[in-house]
Amino acid sequence: MVGIVGYGAYIPRYRIKVEEIAKVWGADAPSYKKGLMLREKSVPGPDQDVITIAVEAARNAMKRAGISGEKVGAIYVGSESHPYAVKPSGTAVAEVIGAVNDCHCADLSFACKAGSEGMFLAYGLVKSGEVEYAFGIGADTSQGAPGDALEYSAAAGGAAFLMGTKNVVATLDCQYSYMSDTPDFWRREYMHYPRHAGRFTGDMAYFKHVRGGVEGLLKKAGAKPKDFKYIVFHQPNGKFPVRMAKDLGFSDDQVKTGLLVPTLGNTYSGASPLGLSAILDEAKPGDAILMCSFGSGAGSDGFIFTATKALPKVQGRAKKTRDYLDTNPFYLDYGTYVKFRRKIRKNVED
Amino acid sequence: MLTPAIVRRNTPQRYRMEAAKCAKCGKVFFPPRLICDACKSRTFKPYTLPQEGTVVSHTVIRTAPRGFGDEAPYCMGIVELTDGTRILCQIADCEPERLEIGLKVAIEFRKIQEAGESGVIAYGYKAVPGR
Amino acid sequence: MRDVAIIGIGMTDFGELWNDSLRDLFVKAALEAMDDAGVDHIDGLVAGCMSPGLFAGQEHIGSLLADYLGQAPIPGVRVESACASGGMALRTGIAYVASGMHDVVLCGGVEKMTDVSGAQATYALATAADQDAEAFHGATFPGLYALMATAHMHTYGTKREDLAQVAVKNHDNGMLNPHAQYRMKITVDQVINSVKVADPLNILDCSPITDGAAAVIICPLEMAKKLKKKPLVKITGSAHATDTIALHQRADMTWLKSTADAAASAYKQAGVKPSQIDFAEVHDCFTIAEICVLEALGVVKKGQGGKATREGLTARDGKFPVNPSGGLKSKGHPVGATGIAQIHEIVTQLRGDAGKRQLKGVKRGLAQNMGGSGGSAVVHILEVL
Repeated sequence: MVGIVGYGAYIPRYRIKVEEIAKVWGADAPSYKKGLMLREKSVPGPDQDVITIAVEAARNAMKRAGISGEKVGAIYVGSESHPYAVKPSGTAVAEVIGAVNDCHCADLSFACKAGSEGMFLAYGLVKSGEVEYAFGIGADTSQGAPGDALEYSAAAGGAAFLMGTKNVVATLDCQYSYMSDTPDFWRREYMHYPRHAGRFTGDMAYFKHVRGGVEGLLKKAGAKPKDFKYIVFHQPNGKFPVRMAKDLGFSDDQVKTGLLVPTLGNTYSGASPLGLSAILDEAKPGDAILMCSFGSGAGSDGFIFTATKALPKVQGRAKKTRDYLDTNPFYLDYGTYVKFRRKIRKNVED
Repeated sequence: MLTPAIVRRNTPQRYRMEAAKCAKCGKVFFPPRLICDACKSRTFKPYTLPQEGTVVSHTVIRTAPRGFGDEAPYCMGIVELTDGTRILCQIADCEPERLEIGLKVAIEFRKIQEAGESGVIAYGYKAVPGR
Repeated sequence: MRDVAIIGIGMTDFGELWNDSLRDLFVKAALEAMDDAGVDHIDGLVAGCMSPGLFAGQEHIGSLLADYLGQAPIPGVRVESACASGGMALRTGIAYVASGMHDVVLCGGVEKMTDVSGAQATYALATAADQDAEAFHGATFPGLYALMATAHMHTYGTKREDLAQVAVKNHDNGMLNPHAQYRMKITVDQVINSVKVADPLNILDCSPITDGAAAVIICPLEMAKKLKKKPLVKITGSAHATDTIALHQRADMTWLKSTADAAASAYKQAGVKPSQIDFAEVHDCFTIAEICVLEALGVVKKGQGGKATREGLTARDGKFPVNPSGGLKSKGHPVGATGIAQIHEIVTQLRGDAGKRQLKGVKRGLAQNMGGSGGSAVVHILEVL
């Protein structure tokens, strides 16, 4: 029986409200909030990046799994904002949790589905018997261009899932991926900010690929929407996943636990993984969970999990996702936000 | 000074807080040393520091050294970990007015400094109060 | 071992000396000391300088300074113990003379700090902290002393105003010192409301960035007696002690153990108790430092440094005047020069040459010079014969 043996989330403490960004650009905050179904977003501190977020999420997963680091045979960190263009992020995770040196490690990228890709690879390796435990981690500190609609949502956070076969807290019952070559969102080498194809990114990219992923997954598993207690889709804003769920025949009740975007923003590779970790914080043995990521470019990874009797024992071993999200946030003004995100041109220090 | 060799050499202590415990008298050294100043023994056992502690002194750095300007003002403290070992580090995600002797903190993995825009990034530990 | 005396002193003004280079500063102070001693030749030169490499891009200054002083090929060497480099230069010179290796030795100190930016100066100074355990994390020297101050205030009830009073008192003294960098009166309110540097320390709690040099000439006491030019000053105690340079690795972060250890040794050499010292020049790099130093020297009990300052013990007209020169705070702190400048002030006072800031009837003075946050300390006791 292969599945998740430990999971962990991490969300930085800083936030910025839609109003704070809108006032700088002369934009209409209420319409943005309504259009995006999003009130605020997380911001990484100046000392946080994908590596620090992935590490903290992985440490939380290790606390829940209760195994020693050297047993981890593979680590995959998926992100579109790795701090180095060349040099892996996952190696730092391996060092911190003590998985060195006997470990396979790789960084992944595929816009917002890089995290679920890692989960898929980890699952596959464990299932094949290649490794005993493997990490799939999704984390991002994404940047929207100043003034762009993405600036209101591009957020920071991540979640880590340790796959294994012993003391599984959620079995991974079925997996299905769906993809095509669709240029809806990209960032070219040496560019600071990503670009997107406006309204094309909706129907032709997000909705088409999430639908493809979920329908394929349900077909492969022989399951129906009502079979699931919880579902989580990639959540670039509050509107897309809710509309998608409705179109596919899911209810608001199934969506709400994993829907973090209204106060978190879009954590890109961390988005559906964080939704899943929030669900695992709450789920009870026997609950079925459907997850479907989406990554521009474009594709989706779908998973079906079932919570086991072991889950309740580990839920309290590390900080929960909603605790990171809801407890004592620190709101930034736009000036501090652009300082933290290094958008201010300064003199080179001598 | 921050070079790849320095970053690599310090990885065990900065990433995992690996200390050295004197095999003879039990004194803990962090960073590790080669001879115990208490009993002069040269044999040590590997020892990982606990990840929780209490602030025993604190300050707010407002005039920052090179490379730390973007973070100023930032909190620093001497933290006594639960085993009694003291470390000095930044206290992150902490409003200056929240600082007090006795503040409970936990260790988090953070970026400490960078060798300019194109150089290596050094990571390590910071203390963070509960949210 | 031979007894050692100081026969000549010299120093430059302290301040932002844009027209003077490191070598100019040293040579000016050294020539003044040689003239004061009435010698035109020295047998050896010891220069205390913390970081000529980082501040002036120049190493190998032992030879450079001997040459520019017109004394090559005499042996010349630089010694370094962070901000205690000056004190170390004197102590090294004493070893030369006392041992019989050399007779007339120039012990100088110099630092040229304003040729680099403020950020570079802060970086250079921070190299005196533990790079792995302190500086790496963004600790600064004001920050480390602030940690001492926070702990001292918490443990002993020392007040913020007590810290400020150290600066106020030292500026009162420095106003009367023509060599001092900041000769202006300040108030407790001004200190507390000045720009914050590292809480609870403000800019007026901190010694400044300074260019300057000082020098003394020493020789065997018996040789000095034959010169009979000025009141003769004998070095009766010279001690040095080390401690962890990382503040948090000490058992008690408010206790300057290296100063206490060095002082104990110096008192023993001189055969005196703290109560037999008439006045002191101490290392007030930050206001809290002077408070902790008073305690480590045994002038007051542990924890009482703030209270004693508040009650006027250390004022110029107090029972135990401290830093009549203005200290590092008002006189300025060219780090390598500071230890020798302290000796310059003590000799000046013992000779009765201190003008408006002259202390009455002083026969025995103590100099305490400290490196980093207390990782090293040098203590000298001087007596006028």
